Amino acid sequence: MASPVSAVPTEDAIEAAVEKPVERGEPILQVRDLEKHFPLTQGILIKKQVGAVKAVDGVSFDLYQGETLGIVGESGCGKSTLAKVLMNLERATAGQVLYKGEDISKASGRALKAIRRNIQMVFQDPYTSLNPRMTVGDIIGEPFEIHPEVAPKGDRRKAVQDLLDVVGLNPEYINRYPHQFSGGQRQRIGIARGLALKPEVIIADEPVSALDVSVQAQVINLLEQLQNEFNLSYMFIAHDLSIVRHISDRVGVMYLGRMVEIGSDEEIYEHPTHPYTQALLSAVPVPDPSGREGRERIILSGDIPSPANPPSGCRFRTRCWKAQEKCAIDVPLLAVPEVFRGQDTPAAHASACHFAEDVDVVGAS
Amino acid sequence: MPDQQPNKHNGVPEDSSTELSSAFPETPTLGAMGAQPLLDKEDLSHSAPQSAEAVGVTDREVARSLWQDAWRELRRNPVFLISGVLIVLLLLVAIWPGLFDSTSPLSCDLSKSQLGPTSGHPFGFDTQGCDVYARTIHGARASITVGVFATAGAALLGTLMGGLAGFFGGWIDAVISRIADIFFGIPILLGGLVFLSVIPSQSIWVVVGFIVVLGWPQIARIARGAVITAKQQDYVTAAQALGAGNSRMLLRHIMPNALAPIIVVATIALGTYISLEATLSYLGVGLKPPTVSWGIDISSAADTFRNAPHMLLFPAGALCITILAFIMLGDAVRDALDPKLR
Amino acid sequence: MSSTAVSARAKTGDTEETPLLQVRDLHVEFRTRDGVAKAVNGVNYSVRAGETLAILGESGSGKSVSSQAVMGILDSPPGFVTGGEILFKGRDLLKLSNEERRKVRGAQMAMVFQDALSSLNPVHTVGTQLGEMYRVHKGSSKKEAKLKAVELMERVGIPGAKERVNQYPHQFSGGMRQRVMIAMALALEPDLIIADEPTTALDVTVQAQVMELLGDLQREYDMGLILITHDLGVVADVADKIAVMYAGRIVETAPVHELYARPAHPYTRGLLDSIPRLDQKGQELYAIKGLPPNLLRIPSGCAFNPRCPMAQDICRSEVPPLHAVTEEDGRPLPGRGSACHFWKETLHG
Repeated sequence: MASPVSAVPTEDAIEAAVEKPVERGEPILQVRDLEKHFPLTQGILIKKQVGAVKAVDGVSFDLYQGETLGIVGESGCGKSTLAKVLMNLERATAGQVLYKGEDISKASGRALKAIRRNIQMVFQDPYTSLNPRMTVGDIIGEPFEIHPEVAPKGDRRKAVQDLLDVVGLNPEYINRYPHQFSGGQRQRIGIARGLALKPEVIIADEPVSALDVSVQAQVINLLEQLQNEFNLSYMFIAHDLSIVRHISDRVGVMYLGRMVEIGSDEEIYEHPTHPYTQALLSAVPVPDPSGREGRERIILSGDIPSPANPPSGCRFRTRCWKAQEKCAIDVPLLAVPEVFRGQDTPAAHASACHFAEDVDVVGAS
Repeated sequence: MPDQQPNKHNGVPEDSSTELSSAFPETPTLGAMGAQPLLDKEDLSHSAPQSAEAVGVTDREVARSLWQDAWRELRRNPVFLISGVLIVLLLLVAIWPGLFDSTSPLSCDLSKSQLGPTSGHPFGFDTQGCDVYARTIHGARASITVGVFATAGAALLGTLMGGLAGFFGGWIDAVISRIADIFFGIPILLGGLVFLSVIPSQSIWVVVGFIVVLGWPQIARIARGAVITAKQQDYVTAAQALGAGNSRMLLRHIMPNALAPIIVVATIALGTYISLEATLSYLGVGLKPPTVSWGIDISSAADTFRNAPHMLLFPAGALCITILAFIMLGDAVRDALDPKLR
Repeated sequence: MSSTAVSARAKTGDTEETPLLQVRDLHVEFRTRDGVAKAVNGVNYSVRAGETLAILGESGSGKSVSSQAVMGILDSPPGFVTGGEILFKGRDLLKLSNEERRKVRGAQMAMVFQDALSSLNPVHTVGTQLGEMYRVHKGSSKKEAKLKAVELMERVGIPGAKERVNQYPHQFSGGMRQRVMIAMALALEPDLIIADEPTTALDVTVQAQVMELLGDLQREYDMGLILITHDLGVVADVADKIAVMYAGRIVETAPVHELYARPAHPYTRGLLDSIPRLDQKGQELYAIKGLPPNLLRIPSGCAFNPRCPMAQDICRSEVPPLHAVTEEDGRPLPGRGSACHFWKETLHG
């Protein structure tokens, strides 16, 4: 916490900002140069830092009010750590998270509690995210116990039942335990808990990847209905590209702790300019066997390098077929590539590649 | 909760998820939901009781908690009832031995040394010619006091230390774990010989204190591991994301889920502690006559087992029943705290 | 390697008449505390050499259990094969002794699991574990076995095989571990490989590598491949024919192109419809209502009836057999079957 005092907003400032209304389409969450490094230590009693896992390493983007921003990337790309840092579950090593203009990355005490009311999370695993020893009523009612001002004591039970109703569960199940429900139903309980405080932003970390195919669509539909109804802004983290495309207004692609490309869903899916995005899109199995023989597939060689020791320059260069000397030296910035600058083309969106080119890999258009 | 049909699929492959067939009969449509504010409850179309299961929920107006549910469960568990009756009986014996026996354990008649059971003296006599029944009844107090209080003390201290170490980690964990290791490293008999022989007072409480001091690290280790496991669960993160403080996370989320292994170890430790008291007494550093305890009697009867087995069997039997009762209690409590087993 | 392929073909004695593997009316149940869970209820399928059969289903559909029964690695108890035949090259595996069965396993049929990390022994090097296959089944010397292991690792595309043969499983990445598993399955050149969700735990870019490898090897060695998965995308990429399972039954069989173009069972259609498509952006996704059934209480009649938009009274009372599916004018559609009373309406309506 060595940053100058002026840069850290006071609790009052944050509390005041939290109440501020944000117009649809204005940025509600602005992430600037966010870093999260986990120190690697050796020794048992006397710990010596021997390096750091750079899980998130300089990520910037905006989340606009009312939109869904999809974040895709493979395991180890830092997308889940990003969610935890935005939730203040992990402290950022550097950088800022501006919520309605105030930096919340260092918030604590009252301010943090106020932020918690407004930014909530839906977890990936419906089996571990609900306390097995609490009833559904206790689980969904817990937010009210922590924030008693949201619902007076006498109304809580009714509020919990209403929430169950909203997520499509029978309100009479209030005394049941999580293990009495299926995965999809548990995820609904988790969503109800996230909604209890009437948040403005919901960060969903792989909310459907643990569910059966036939149940995934139900939960996706529910999330979309709730967004319309309660005017929520979503950050939707997933590795399933077709679901992300369905639900997202904009999509960011992460690789090894960095955002490599970000743009509208059409820009990313139909005009990807970063080679990693292209490889990712071409690797996704398409549930349509017609034309599978003719499909050109970019098969990447090798594995993701360790985030403790990322390659210099562009992090993707070790697996990239376009890599040249420049890629090992200069870190490509996430900006509209020079070749497309000033052009009126969907390819003119932010992409962190020295040799960006517009390739339609999916052949969807 | 017999009315709620928990769905258990132990051993069913692939998917153990359960089926509440009509829990969400229809996903509510956009239109129906669209205009609805959060706390407005008009649209009941999908919340009407749909199945026999839902209709069967008769106690739906009463909100329940884990502890209430556990108590409801315990009350109808025969294992709990049997162990409960036994323990109440043992406590009565320990507190008012006079209710069960009018003779004094210390009025002995050497002429009756090692005589077997006779009428009026159902357990026979020991070497000193004391009535074994009287000694067994009066010995309960010392043994049960040592067992219960040493276990309670070690469990409390161990859970506290282990819980703190597991929850906070870092240097707190390092310090507590190393201290625990030191105590763990002391051989309990050698420690007993040294500690108890330098302390002049030989009251029960010294023995209890000694057992707590050497016993807590075992429970602390278990507690630390259980807390670390529970801490990593997503539901703890979820509580944190809701703004829960440390105490709420620890007491509401981590502890209930970490308790089961602690209860198991503690109930097993109870038996060990009662026999440890016996061993220490045997070595001459634990309780000393004229205090009466099962441990003293068992150790003194061990030498003459071949000639007068009744001297050993009755106090040892009492010890076994006590240990069994507490282990059964521990089992029942542990199961009652696990909703999955209901 | 072409000689291997030829010999493989000769070895199986596979002709058009007798498929490599034929499963007939297989029943598996799990006897649990809470009752008998009928995990597999009369499943029929066959695989020929060089053919890829995908078994598609959700959790609890019985797709994994049926293949575990074929491999003979069912957890028993609580799982029991209660009926049916598993004909492998014409021999009923269920009638073999445990010892005979063990010889078939590994040498003639092998399995690739979802979780490669837990399927490899963490305390032995990868080379030892690969070499063990040769030492146990072929009596090779230690040195020979290691050479073979290196050869295999090169074959499945593990770079630096000579050095990596002495490394432990945890030193490999997820994708590389899955390659090791494939190498192990391949070691004795089996005629049939069963891959149970082989890429589910992998990232998409690695998934593509592994699926391509499996496909290449299958073609090269002319093996039969049973791919068990829930992923409609993976199936579309590699399968020749598909069996869709629901609640322990096969509800639809079809060649891959036909299944995706014209499903003949409402469940298959529901699955395909619930995949997000481009033109549905911003619209509600089609969702199959309700939940997969509890195997302890499978609905009467057609197990899918409580979730089916087409369900009629007959669906609640009669279990639909696997009807042979034909064109509207009665022309047969080879390889197609649907266990739906209303397959005609589903396919043509």
